[in-house]
Amino acid sequence: MSMLEINDIHVFYGAIHAIKGVSFEVREHEIVTLIGANGAGKSTILNTIAGLLRPRSGQVLFEGRNINAVPASRMVGLGMALCPEGRRIFQQMSVRENLEMGGYSRPAAEIAGSIEDVFQRFPRLKEREKQIAGTLSGGEQQMLAMARALMSRPKLMMLDEPSMGLAPILVEQIFDIIRELHAAGTTILLVEQNAQMALSIADRAYVLETGRISMSGEAKALLVDDNVRKAYLGS
Amino acid sequence: MIFLSNLVNGLSLGSIYAIIALGYTMVYGIAKMLNFAHGDVIMVGAYIAFCALQYWGLPPVAALLAAMLLCTVLGITIEGLAYRPLRQATSLAVLITAIGMSYLLQNLALLIWGANPKSFPSVMIQLPTLSLFGDQLKISGVTMMTILANIAIMIVLTTFISRTKMGKAMRCVSEDRGAAELMGINVNRTISTTFAIGSALAAVAGILLCSAYPTLMPTTGSMPGIKAFTAAVFGGIGSIPGAMIGGILLGVIEILGKAYISTELGDAIVFAVLIIVLLFRPTGLLGKPIREKV
Repeated sequence: MSMLEINDIHVFYGAIHAIKGVSFEVREHEIVTLIGANGAGKSTILNTIAGLLRPRSGQVLFEGRNINAVPASRMVGLGMALCPEGRRIFQQMSVRENLEMGGYSRPAAEIAGSIEDVFQRFPRLKEREKQIAGTLSGGEQQMLAMARALMSRPKLMMLDEPSMGLAPILVEQIFDIIRELHAAGTTILLVEQNAQMALSIADRAYVLETGRISMSGEAKALLVDDNVRKAYLGS
Repeated sequence: MIFLSNLVNGLSLGSIYAIIALGYTMVYGIAKMLNFAHGDVIMVGAYIAFCALQYWGLPPVAALLAAMLLCTVLGITIEGLAYRPLRQATSLAVLITAIGMSYLLQNLALLIWGANPKSFPSVMIQLPTLSLFGDQLKISGVTMMTILANIAIMIVLTTFISRTKMGKAMRCVSEDRGAAELMGINVNRTISTTFAIGSALAAVAGILLCSAYPTLMPTTGSMPGIKAFTAAVFGGIGSIPGAMIGGILLGVIEILGKAYISTELGDAIVFAVLIIVLLFRPTGLLGKPIREKV
């Protein structure tokens, strides 16, 4: 079954036509990745799905329901979470407060238990519980951003460039966590510039070029495709 | 002893500035706009309390509650009608709208209550005058009440912002509106609540101000409004403790300046101090230095 379906969306920034008729789908329990160069429109697509931007035409369907007009603040209640580009954690709040805000849409009584669950997956954050989030290292901030998104118990987790600016060892760790989340039943839509890593964990992939999808298919097939290798894998 | 008396008067005036400055600083911090109509909400609050006491025959506590309630409604209305449609507009458009709103309120007050100054009834605050050091230092009931109200508001507000769900939502919206929406926070409702709190505090400030300086007219709110805005900038706009410290310092500087330097130059001294502080600390006393971490 299709969890997320994007039908021919066009998105504009003022006069700039950023997304020019993109269609794709994410099925339940899949890891789907969108890869592409800087400025291809990957983040724009995720922000549109999350409701921070609106498509001028086309539809976004989540579990069969058209969510074009749903306000961004309601999306999390529907069961999707976006871990945004650049992390965007609340720098002046403590680690724990950031997690509480991640659970904002859920009943207050469940929050403390969920925080403990999240700490199990991210023991590092437990050690830093009271620390102000802005003082964490880059890798810890990324983990906090992911943990915060998980606090809403999403069915669909969207991750925007989770490996950005991280040392290779941390990138491995972040991707291990994505694998674990997927194994636990979460559907994942991953946007990455690190095409090698993204293709290696995804089921399917779409390649985005200046606002259009130029190629799509099984991730394993794209990993060995000559065009993809030349353009995105540097070989 | 005269110095001490001046200092207490400065603390009291500063407390009024601080309560007004809280409204400026919260709205700036959360909605990222300067609500120049805030000073005039003080005036409306004072008029409502005046009517409640003089014409409707309400007791002082009910008059206070009526003023707070109606100002809350006014604040939410102003935000919804004038500022919300401009959420995506340039900050200059919002600023001009706020100035327009300020004149609208002043002129509506002129229409409703007339240009003649009203004398604010003294029954509002009935605390006995405190005499210290064998009658050498006298602190009036209004002065004490003002300082106590300021302390109480500071404690309640700080607790609200740091502990409650709505308070935390406000901090999120203040830091990153988009990320706040991703958490499920309704940004419009959060901004509305901020205006509601600021306006209720403005009503309190209006009553305290007119209890200390009982001349009430449509322009009563504009000078204290500007001074409180100065106080908010002085303390670091967006910061709640900053508004508190800025307000109190401003009041003390104003009274001491008037007492020991020149009565005429009192306001000039206040603004000169602001300029000097901003030259050395452009983000104000408690303002966070602007830095970007990649």
